[in-house]
Amino acid sequence: MLKSFKIGGVHPPENKYTAGCAIQVLPTPDKVIIPLSQHIGAPATAIVQKGDKVKAGQVIATAGGFVSANVHSSVSGTVLDVAPVKDAAGLLKPAITIQVEGEEWADEVVKTTKNIDEFEKEEIIKAISDAGIVGMGGATFPTHVKLSPPPGSKAEYLIINGVECEPYLTADHRLMLEKTNEIIAGIKLVMKAIGVNKAIIGIENNKPDAIAKMQAATTTTMGIDVCPLKVRYPQGGEKQLIKATIGRSVPSGALPIAVGAVVQNIGTIYAVYEAVMLRKPLVERVVTVTGESLKNPGNFLCKVGTPISKLIEAAGGLPEDTGKVIGGGPMMGRTMINIDSPVMKGTSGVLILPESKSARGEMHPCIKCAKCVSACPMGLEPYLLATITEMTGDLERLEKEKIMDCIECGCCMYTCPANRPLLDYIRLGKGRTGAMIRNRSQKK
Amino acid sequence: MNILLITIISLCAIGVLSAIILFLVAKKFKVEEDPRIDTVCELLPGANCGGCGFPGCRGLAEAAVKADTLDGIMCPVGGATVMEQIAAALGREVVAQAPKVAVVRCNGSCSNRPRTSKFDGARSCAIMASVYGGETDCSYGCLGCGDCVSACQFGAIAMNPETGLPVVDDEKCVACGACVKACPKMVIELRNKGPKNRRLYVSCINKDKGGIARKACSAACIGCSKCVKECAFDAIKVENNVAYIDFNKCKLCRKCAAVCPTGAIKLVNLAPLPPTPPAPKAAPAQPAEKPAAN
Amino acid sequence: MKQLYVAPSPHVHGSDTVSKNMYGVLIALIPAFICSVIFFGVSSLIVTLTSVIACVLFEYLIQKFLLKQKPSVCDGSAILTGVLLAFNVPSNLPIWIIMIGALVAIGIGKMTFGGLGSNIFNPALVGRVFLLISFPVQMTTWPKPMGFDTSYVDAETGATALSILKEGLMGGKSISELQASLPQVNDMLLGNMGGSLGEVAALALILGLVWMLIKRIITWHIPVSIIATVFIFSGILYLCNPEQYICPVFHLLSGGLLLGAIFMATDYVTSPMTKKGMLIYGVGIGLLTVIIRDFGAFPEGMSFAILIMNAVTPLINRYCKPERFA
Repeated sequence: MLKSFKIGGVHPPENKYTAGCAIQVLPTPDKVIIPLSQHIGAPATAIVQKGDKVKAGQVIATAGGFVSANVHSSVSGTVLDVAPVKDAAGLLKPAITIQVEGEEWADEVVKTTKNIDEFEKEEIIKAISDAGIVGMGGATFPTHVKLSPPPGSKAEYLIINGVECEPYLTADHRLMLEKTNEIIAGIKLVMKAIGVNKAIIGIENNKPDAIAKMQAATTTTMGIDVCPLKVRYPQGGEKQLIKATIGRSVPSGALPIAVGAVVQNIGTIYAVYEAVMLRKPLVERVVTVTGESLKNPGNFLCKVGTPISKLIEAAGGLPEDTGKVIGGGPMMGRTMINIDSPVMKGTSGVLILPESKSARGEMHPCIKCAKCVSACPMGLEPYLLATITEMTGDLERLEKEKIMDCIECGCCMYTCPANRPLLDYIRLGKGRTGAMIRNRSQKK
Repeated sequence: MNILLITIISLCAIGVLSAIILFLVAKKFKVEEDPRIDTVCELLPGANCGGCGFPGCRGLAEAAVKADTLDGIMCPVGGATVMEQIAAALGREVVAQAPKVAVVRCNGSCSNRPRTSKFDGARSCAIMASVYGGETDCSYGCLGCGDCVSACQFGAIAMNPETGLPVVDDEKCVACGACVKACPKMVIELRNKGPKNRRLYVSCINKDKGGIARKACSAACIGCSKCVKECAFDAIKVENNVAYIDFNKCKLCRKCAAVCPTGAIKLVNLAPLPPTPPAPKAAPAQPAEKPAAN
Repeated sequence: MKQLYVAPSPHVHGSDTVSKNMYGVLIALIPAFICSVIFFGVSSLIVTLTSVIACVLFEYLIQKFLLKQKPSVCDGSAILTGVLLAFNVPSNLPIWIIMIGALVAIGIGKMTFGGLGSNIFNPALVGRVFLLISFPVQMTTWPKPMGFDTSYVDAETGATALSILKEGLMGGKSISELQASLPQVNDMLLGNMGGSLGEVAALALILGLVWMLIKRIITWHIPVSIIATVFIFSGILYLCNPEQYICPVFHLLSGGLLLGAIFMATDYVTSPMTKKGMLIYGVGIGLLTVIIRDFGAFPEGMSFAILIMNAVTPLINRYCKPERFA
């Protein structure tokens, strides 16, 4: 019996068309747009000006606070502008635009001669922080913050998220297959950084090749285990993954460290390896470009700041019947209207849905079938949260009904036979409730 | 007979006992309250709309009784008359405030502002605003889902199906500010109602540069500053590529509207100036007899 | 460039729809319907058709002309109400009474609350109980199963197992004296006894339950908790005094218990939302049914028990929360 989280969940069609496509390197574009806020927390502060010459891997914006991350130039060239640029949603966001000239790397980007065992804990975290690494599964939480547990808490397990439970996406799958040894090295580095001697790699059972490869690579290493997991969405949710792998439940409102776990995504681990061993900051990532109507869907290694339209071109161009372009997977990704917006650190995929699959179905009244309650992996009552938000907006009640526990996985809406926009309202109510809670704690 | 007696006596005993308990409880838990709070409360309209910034009418009454002056305390629903009555009841000075009305600062009707994407989520401005800037290329203007309409307790706002924009009914609007709070794009503003309901305002808040704004919406304010040059009263300012008319300084001369190249300045109950430019003496129909009191 | 769709996540949807669920339940009712046609003849077909047509028609008319909504009769919920109402009446019920029942079920039981999803009580049961109280003679005149028969009203009439039992016990007889006049267990399983047209064939109803469980239209919680409660509670009473209280198997197979437990109590709209709530609801229905049957004036208590627990459902929803993640 495969391990899994215990309550709720759904099983959407996996549609992993690109699982067999090796990672291709996308040519550097003529121009890159590097947003200053590619992470959760304070935006970075630009330290270059219009006209400056920059090299690939050079810091162009420094972290704007503790919960923030450095931003590096992904290319060498001239800064065209430091000004707001429209993001994927069409809203202006501060960014640095760079004209690409040559392929010169910054001097500090050199392979280290040290062995993994020779690194000190602080040294690793410093390298990660300098490299501007953020959670690459999509949440984009600065990694160095996650690896510096608050005083009084002790990590016991490092859990590696190789689940990739989002349908369509295969970027992490390909990384596990093609960069196996680098990932193992990265895991060892992170284990050292947080001082644990146990690591578990959670992989969903629909990637038997990745499971086999990782298992083969870990037979000789002590303390790293591969844990095949049942194919069930959201197996890769942080709390769900901890429950599935080590059987512990993160309490409501707490962080994984409360049960001694630190979770890192495969992409992040690979970035850590590059940052520590090659001294290469986070300037490129693997992006899955996929969709039913695309000619050449695939996994592309591209520079941060590459316009998404270039990626789509490489995958065969925007199909005629495109109805929706999504940054990320179909369950949690965000739709975009500006396909000239750049690839960011957290862009795990670009999914192009045909028109026939884009529109939501016709909405009906809630028939109280309770399928959303059964599907909710957090044990909430989505119908109730959505109704309260829509009808009364009673934030105190929402807080009592644990709306802040919602992980916005979308299982409720996926399963709703009446096509209710449950998550739309829950997200709204969650935002408002969160604001109320912050206000209250500020007053105190 | 016996049963009858027992029933009557026991029921009476229960009644007396309950009365005693009620009396004792009422005595013990009695809250001493300033009787003037009730007086003020009765004068208020009782809509409990929260437009005054206090939690309901009773909240305002308590604040009014507690405070030394009525400065900053204003019931937008009752307006000046109610405030005068309250002032009289409490023996305080009346603080005059010009009556206000909600205005929708967006010209982006379906014809002015073509749609460029299809929003497919729940029909709510708050939800749409959390996803992106709206179905048109203007990411500042009205989203058109009517959150303001559902926020209005007085039925003063309705969506115009032709333009897709909300329309405020001057007669019904009490300037409680619920729509201002409900609008995630901050399109709605409370402005002075103006003499005889005559007023003008820049009906656009697009902060994009002129060209981009114009491309997204043919009636956008492009921040060209022509109106600023025309205004003799220093009432207009252009900030972030968008003009704003200070209603306390505006004398309703309408020259700004006449020079606006996009027609972004909206006149309410005012006839536009005659199009012939050589009419420098075109005085306002009602020369600012009652300049909006501050 | 053409207009792209923009929406918050998720961007995919499972293939489940409201009508799929409704038609799924209807499919589950087919075996019981076939049995009733076999035992009660064409009359059960006429009753069912009348009821379905009347329910759909009334819903359409009310939505179109009274509520001025877009009619949504295609979602199958009115058809389902019609079938369930028909299953709960004798197969020789006059057509005009069925029409009244359908009007009450749809008009009062469903549309006054705001239509599908808003009603508090199961519409079919509202209609059924209204008819039971308004037309007690017609509603308790049960045709005897005669095998396939094409006539409509002239069938020979008789009592249901539960009413034979109730009358006998009220008349001071003991159960062993009544045993001869009660139907045998194998007849009860197949449905070869008097009763409402859809409630008699126990095996066919259980087949429907299995189908709905496989198709994940309902979960096991409500039917199993009702059946288990009735079995245990009536079993205890039986062990206390077998001459006064009949054995639990008889309780399970007689009257509308299985029809109610499988199809009426599991109505989405009027049953609780959480697993725990469903169990409480089921136990409540089971207890009330046995209490009404063994101690009340009516021979059958399933409809009343479900309606009473329907009224309790909002309270159960308020206090029974699902198992939280942590």
